[in-house]
Amino acid sequence: MTLGDIIGFAFRSLRGYPLRTGLMLLAMAIGVASVVLLTALGEGARRYVTQEFTSLGTHLLIVLPGRSETTGGPPPLLGETPRDLTLADAMALERSSAVRRVAPVMVGSAPVTRDGLSRETVILGSTAAMAAVRNLSMAQGRFLPAGDASRAEALCVLGQKLKTELFAKASPLGRFVRIGDRRFRVIGVLARKGQSLGVDISDVAIVPVASAAALFNQSSLFRILVQARNRDAIHRAKAAVLDIIRERHDGEDDITVITQDAMLATFDRIFQTLTLAVGGIAAISLAVAGILIMNVMLVAVSQRTAEIGLLKALGAPGGQILRLFLSESAMLSLVGAALGLLLGGAGLMLAVRLFPNFPMAAPLWAPLAAVGVALTAGLVFGVMPARRAARLDPVAALSRR
Amino acid sequence: MICLEQVERVFQVGEETVYALRQVDLTVQAGEYVSIMGPSGSGKSTLLNILGLLDRPDRGVYRLEGVDTTELSERRQADVRRHKIGFIFQFFHLVPRLSAAENVELPLSLAGMEPRRRKARVAEALERLGLADRSRHRPDQLSGGQRQRVAIARATIMQPAIILADEPTGNLDRASGQEVIETIEGLNRDGMTVIIVTHDPDLGRRTDRQVRMMDGRIADDHRGLP
Repeated sequence: MTLGDIIGFAFRSLRGYPLRTGLMLLAMAIGVASVVLLTALGEGARRYVTQEFTSLGTHLLIVLPGRSETTGGPPPLLGETPRDLTLADAMALERSSAVRRVAPVMVGSAPVTRDGLSRETVILGSTAAMAAVRNLSMAQGRFLPAGDASRAEALCVLGQKLKTELFAKASPLGRFVRIGDRRFRVIGVLARKGQSLGVDISDVAIVPVASAAALFNQSSLFRILVQARNRDAIHRAKAAVLDIIRERHDGEDDITVITQDAMLATFDRIFQTLTLAVGGIAAISLAVAGILIMNVMLVAVSQRTAEIGLLKALGAPGGQILRLFLSESAMLSLVGAALGLLLGGAGLMLAVRLFPNFPMAAPLWAPLAAVGVALTAGLVFGVMPARRAARLDPVAALSRR
Repeated sequence: MICLEQVERVFQVGEETVYALRQVDLTVQAGEYVSIMGPSGSGKSTLLNILGLLDRPDRGVYRLEGVDTTELSERRQADVRRHKIGFIFQFFHLVPRLSAAENVELPLSLAGMEPRRRKARVAEALERLGLADRSRHRPDQLSGGQRQRVAIARATIMQPAIILADEPTGNLDRASGQEVIETIEGLNRDGMTVIIVTHDPDLGRRTDRQVRMMDGRIADDHRGLP
């Protein structure tokens, strides 16, 4: 029998029992669609987290004072106290060719006052580079001006929430606020960005780092944000940061450098595993659909006993009958899988329309794996009924009407 | 061409052993027209099934054109059925979802003949049996006589040497039965060996040779009118 004949024969026998075939296709379609949708959900969660991380800034390295890693080895003979990171340390990092920008960050808390309205607020001291490193955009005015970082200019940029609370709808540009015991001129307002990694960027005031140092009377930095020149330079930048700081801190490795990519990779792995897990759970429904195929084919075999007997009388050996019935179950699962892909695609489009902020998308392997599993289930569970058909005794089969 | 020697077939029905065939010897020459008659349970259907290689004898030898078929594998037996034997059944056994032409085409497509050559042969066979205008009809749209003629077209499409018919007129009215039997006799005149199992004495009288079965044995075997 040619392939075309086998397909035609299987197609006609499936069409002969439309209700049964339809229900079977529905079961298979739901299985495949759920694999596609659930993996899309997992993948969407992964992308969402990735997106959140990149909104922190790209090619980011975070330099923290103190060493949080344990590397073993003998304890130091002399007590080791971590040195503070200073503005001079930060500026020294700009020497490296792998580093594009350096933004020192000093953190403190102080009341911000205007016309009798006062708010206790997080004050960030930084430089012009911070806007680019952290992907900050402005709602009004401009960010801190570029220039000598050691100059304590009395300028400040307000977060969106702080601005609303102090100025309501009025424009704050050019007006003065009091932070602690000093007066600062407002030069810009940050655009709303929402939470990023737990810090609400809308409830801060940003001042030049030297001003913050004067305000809080300290010289130590909270951290240094470093932007590498490109993705490939991240590792070189990390090594350079460690080298430069070690040199400046008398040969002590007393800082910790976290690369954003390392964090990202960890989350990536977690979510990929999650996606695989939900996909696997959805695949169970495919196995159930496979068992349904077996059931349907067993009914088909007993209903078509006479036909099988006839095929044998016409000279079809058992192997040929096996192939015919197997291709019927294969066709059931293939068409069911195709319908499932359509169903899953439609569901995905609907979900994207309903939740435009959540980047749902099925990973490429999901539909392929779903169709593969569907076909395998159809074939594996089709073998038993097909063998039963192939082994049918033609005399008994033909003696029944 | 057909030669049975000491063929036995035993069935186990519960505790009881039933001899469907006991030491049957039968030789049929090419081109013969034979009827096998006898009461129900006399073993005539079993004999036909063994002749058609649908069943294997428990003892004895069945030679078809000199080949010992009892030694053949399942696959080779199917091959013999496909090329040498055509079956006609009491209940027609047409595939209900296929049209008349597709039913006739079935043996050709099972044998792997390419579609273009098949169509011509099917059209020719249907034409010969006066069914050209019914080729697109499904079995449930045909009369009993027409269904049996479709079945005959299917049985002969591979041009087998032997036609085995099990009560071919058993399910038909007199007129269509007459038509069908004349068609079968036409095949015999064209040189096919025809063996008919029947209850109908009128049908038996028409054949050149009558075999009468009783309790699994051949009770009587003679040529010409009884």
